[in-house]
Amino acid sequence: MLAWTYAKITKRPNLMVFRIFVHLAAVLPLAHLLWDTWRGNLTVNPLQDWTFRTGDWALRLLVASLACTPLASVFGFKQAITVRRALGLYGFGYALLHFFIFVGVDYRFAFDLIWDDLATKRYILVGLAALLILIPLAITSTRGWMKRLGRRWKTLHKLTYLAVPLAVIHYIWLVKADLRDPLLYASIVTLLLILRLPVLRTQISQFRQRLSGKFLH
Amino acid sequence: MKIPSSEITPEHIYHARPQSRRRFLQTAGLVAGGALLSACAPSYVEPSPTPIKPEKPVTAGQTDELGDAITGYDAITNYNNFYEFTTDKQAVARLSAGFVAEPWKVQVGGLVNNPKTFDLDELRKITPVERIYRMRCVEAWSMVIPWSGLTLNRLLKLVDPKSEAKYVRFETLLDPTRLPGQRDRSFPWPYVEGLRLDEAMHDLTILATGIYGKPLLPQNGAPIRLVVPWKYGFKSIKSITKIELVADEPVSLWMKSGPSEYGFYSNVNPDVSHPRWSQSSERRIGEVIRRRTLMFNGYADQVASLYAGMDLRKNY
Repeated sequence: MLAWTYAKITKRPNLMVFRIFVHLAAVLPLAHLLWDTWRGNLTVNPLQDWTFRTGDWALRLLVASLACTPLASVFGFKQAITVRRALGLYGFGYALLHFFIFVGVDYRFAFDLIWDDLATKRYILVGLAALLILIPLAITSTRGWMKRLGRRWKTLHKLTYLAVPLAVIHYIWLVKADLRDPLLYASIVTLLLILRLPVLRTQISQFRQRLSGKFLH
Repeated sequence: MKIPSSEITPEHIYHARPQSRRRFLQTAGLVAGGALLSACAPSYVEPSPTPIKPEKPVTAGQTDELGDAITGYDAITNYNNFYEFTTDKQAVARLSAGFVAEPWKVQVGGLVNNPKTFDLDELRKITPVERIYRMRCVEAWSMVIPWSGLTLNRLLKLVDPKSEAKYVRFETLLDPTRLPGQRDRSFPWPYVEGLRLDEAMHDLTILATGIYGKPLLPQNGAPIRLVVPWKYGFKSIKSITKIELVADEPVSLWMKSGPSEYGFYSNVNPDVSHPRWSQSSERRIGEVIRRRTLMFNGYADQVASLYAGMDLRKNY
């Protein structure tokens, strides 16, 4: 695996730079959060900061992962495919952290209180649903599972199209007043899903090819 | 997580303060009852006006009547919900820094015999009080704040409510040039809040003009705001310019923008859920572990009788 990656990278240094950039971009928010915590830069409600910031980045990275396929198939940015899995896994990682901060740090595993919230707050229910859906996807994200599942792997991983919208609904439902951010996510995700429609995909990529054709001649 | 030593209550205070506070609150309940009976009495003459001055300087380590330490001044003045400036709690202090709160007038009218517009000096002459209250935000965080100000019943008695007056309606300054958040059209400005007359006359209900013995800063609702400690924080309307006695239940800004989430009463109630935040527990600012939310924010002994026979699930 390592050897394979290494071979691929040495052949294409630009791809390596791109991938390193993506990995750094995905890890930096966590480093930043830890730095702010250590330096006391958080608000007087630091647990809420942890919850919000890990949640924000989980969603951002999941959306970024969802953007890879259309970037490659519609817009011809083929390198995007090489970071799709990593972005999805990072997104899942932040989501898991977000979940454990809520259950373990914020509520200190006080399951009576957590149960209360789960039963009365629809945003918690959809958030949990999104996380649960992501678990089998994270587990089967390895090459081995890909081979083992064959064609079913692709079908299974279409669950992302359910998990990410659920995460966006989770955000919409928890916001008190200013819906601009969650609705921005909602429109981006909608766009990313629409771009997967076969009709649209072929239309746009044909249009793009014709356009680049014009410039070539 | 570090809790500054100033947040920890010294043992002698922990043991000494609660008793006297509790006794005070018990008498406060009696006084409030008396105030209610005299609410419709002929105009009230304010005795010996004294300027606002804290009896003793407020110091970190003081506690409320339950023994909870007061929240640090920095936290109180840097973590604010004041949508007239911004929805970002941390940015309110910065964005409100240039807000000029003087001169200021509070128009008190409606169904009253002596409508009157008060300036700040006149309000300061009304018998000052000092209160340490828990403030429970609907977002499930809370603080303990040492307020100074005047009881609302004193002010209302000066204007002499008519017998038709059943509610009090409050309004925040409407001025998008000074309160830039009011340019955001997603809210029906100005901020409006309301109380039933008996809630308004209750001795726990105050108009605050100071925190920690200092005049209110803009982010905390300068120069004068309501404080109703047994209700969620948003009921405690800031920067008030208008107080009106009315016959019908006022419709608050939050009732207008989210009728299914925000009712008129908005009493702190751990048993009535909110779609966004847990109301059964809360985080006290400065503490890590959640604490259980108390019925009426811990003021049940003083205020539960106001709601006797009411279904608090319906009247949320």
